[in-house]
Amino acid sequence: MNVVTIACKNLKRKKIRSTLTIGGVAIAVAVLVSLLGFDRGYQQSLTGNIDKMGYQLLVTAKGCPYEAATMMLKGGGGLRYMEQDIYEKIQNDARIDKITPQLVSTAYDPDRLEGQGGFAMYMGITDSYLELKPWSKFKSGQWFSSEAAEEAIMGYEAAEVEQRLVGDKIFIPNIDKVLTVVGIFERSGTQDDGIIFLPLKTTQQIFSLPNKLTGVGIKLKDIQQVGEFEEDLYEEPGIQVISMAQVRGTILNLISSAKVMANSVAVIAIFIAVIGVVNTILMSIFERTREIGVMKAIGASAADIFKLIWTETILVCTAGGILGSIFALLGSGVVEHIIKKILPYAPSGQLVLIRPSLLFGAFVGAIILGIITGIYPAWRAASMRPVEAIRTGE
Amino acid sequence: MSELVVKASKLTKVYKLFAEEIAAVNNVDLEIVSGEFVSIMGPSGSGKTTLLDMIGCLDAITSGQLEILGKDVSAMAESRLVKVRRGKIGFIFQDFSLIPTLTALENVQLASYFAGKSQKTQKMTVFLEKVGLGPRVNHLPKQLSGGEKQRVAIARALATEPKFLLADEPTGHLDTENSQEILNVFKQLNQEDNLTIIVTTHNQKLGSQTKRTIYLQDGKIVS
Repeated sequence: MNVVTIACKNLKRKKIRSTLTIGGVAIAVAVLVSLLGFDRGYQQSLTGNIDKMGYQLLVTAKGCPYEAATMMLKGGGGLRYMEQDIYEKIQNDARIDKITPQLVSTAYDPDRLEGQGGFAMYMGITDSYLELKPWSKFKSGQWFSSEAAEEAIMGYEAAEVEQRLVGDKIFIPNIDKVLTVVGIFERSGTQDDGIIFLPLKTTQQIFSLPNKLTGVGIKLKDIQQVGEFEEDLYEEPGIQVISMAQVRGTILNLISSAKVMANSVAVIAIFIAVIGVVNTILMSIFERTREIGVMKAIGASAADIFKLIWTETILVCTAGGILGSIFALLGSGVVEHIIKKILPYAPSGQLVLIRPSLLFGAFVGAIILGIITGIYPAWRAASMRPVEAIRTGE
Repeated sequence: MSELVVKASKLTKVYKLFAEEIAAVNNVDLEIVSGEFVSIMGPSGSGKTTLLDMIGCLDAITSGQLEILGKDVSAMAESRLVKVRRGKIGFIFQDFSLIPTLTALENVQLASYFAGKSQKTQKMTVFLEKVGLGPRVNHLPKQLSGGEKQRVAIARALATEPKFLLADEPTGHLDTENSQEILNVFKQLNQEDNLTIIVTTHNQKLGSQTKRTIYLQDGKIVS
């Protein structure tokens, strides 16, 4: 017989009440763990996504939206083009390690997404594209046969959506062009998965954009030179320089207000759970007033009673913490799904990242919560005068 | 050599009920030595229970002096009274007051746990057998009859190996047959173990079988 056994038996006495209270704590902990997991996961996948673009700087025409999501919002339009001369002018800069030109274009395909219609994204690239993305591997097929071949390489998801294999034909709506698929990339977990790649020259020709580019991706030899390099490019008219670090910051800023709100919800949930726990334990000690008096009569000291009630509270919170962590783990898929739907920019990859350290933190946090919330009810019970407790309960 | 278990002089307990002051126990002088089996009798409201609570160090006294086992407890705070109670005084209540979630055995263990004494099942079983509850030690209170519950309560009081037992109307909730059986347990404990026992009761039959009877009326000892 020890204090934990007695406390457990007390909690089992009102099973529904104890279960509901533990459930309240569990939900609060689950919300908190999911949100913190999301915080971690989101930043990590975003950083991963941006790193996987392969370049630190993107030079685009002024006012050109690069982001695919933005393009979709604008109905596939809004793209601006810059002259290829700029690429030729800066490509020999000694600070540049790797550089690749790209031309993005979209076409509305009414048959896409099972007849709902949607935009297909095309990107004209050159050999240097793969140098910037050494991790890009072919799932099947190979690189374009020539610089102006009427061929396409499809991103993993694009190939899945269009259901194309190497050797199949692909039709570009609006401009009535048919290309041959020569390669399909493996899944990269980035935006590239949804893009159909064409040789740059072919793209310029079939979309009637001679000598135009939408962007130039640049990787410098020394990352420290980004600032200096950016400044030099400001002097070029008609272009803008986006550093990926900046993009990352902007996106994180965008979601920060949503995060603050979500975190407040979690804090409120914890607060409500705490009130629930205190309420339940207080109710249970008032019901057991006489019992507590009897325990004191048969030799329990105030400290014994304090320990007993404190243990009950800590057990409730700990059980809630464990259960909440399990909920969070099991529910992370659902949470991820919801977040991906509502967020303006959801990077691919795991968005809710629940590490063992986070679970351990939740566990310890729940115990601390129990320790703090248990103090008042335990003190109330411990300070009951035995004779009054016995006679009041009669 | 008989030890003085209770020594009360001019013991008084006054309750305030609104503006009125009621002396539940009024100037009581009382001495009880070890080995005695005392019944305190009297009508309802005569102060039996209040007197018992004070002797049991559960309730503070208003005035007078009270020594329990040679210790003056008259002005002690609850934190010190618990040390006098613990392991020295065994309580038995009218409604048995067992912890409903614990089995008979565990109820007995609980008292030893609080008293900081050994909780070995074997030792606890001895107490339960002594009161005649051998085979049903693993039953919950709700599975026991009134008489059995009171036996568990007595075993629980014994588990701390107390110097004396205090029983407040121990047969109040029992029928005649069970009342007599409980009384027999008390008699046996008093005779065989020389345990001091103080009971309050309405029951004339019980009162007449104790070694000494004190009659209380309006908080005063009348005989």
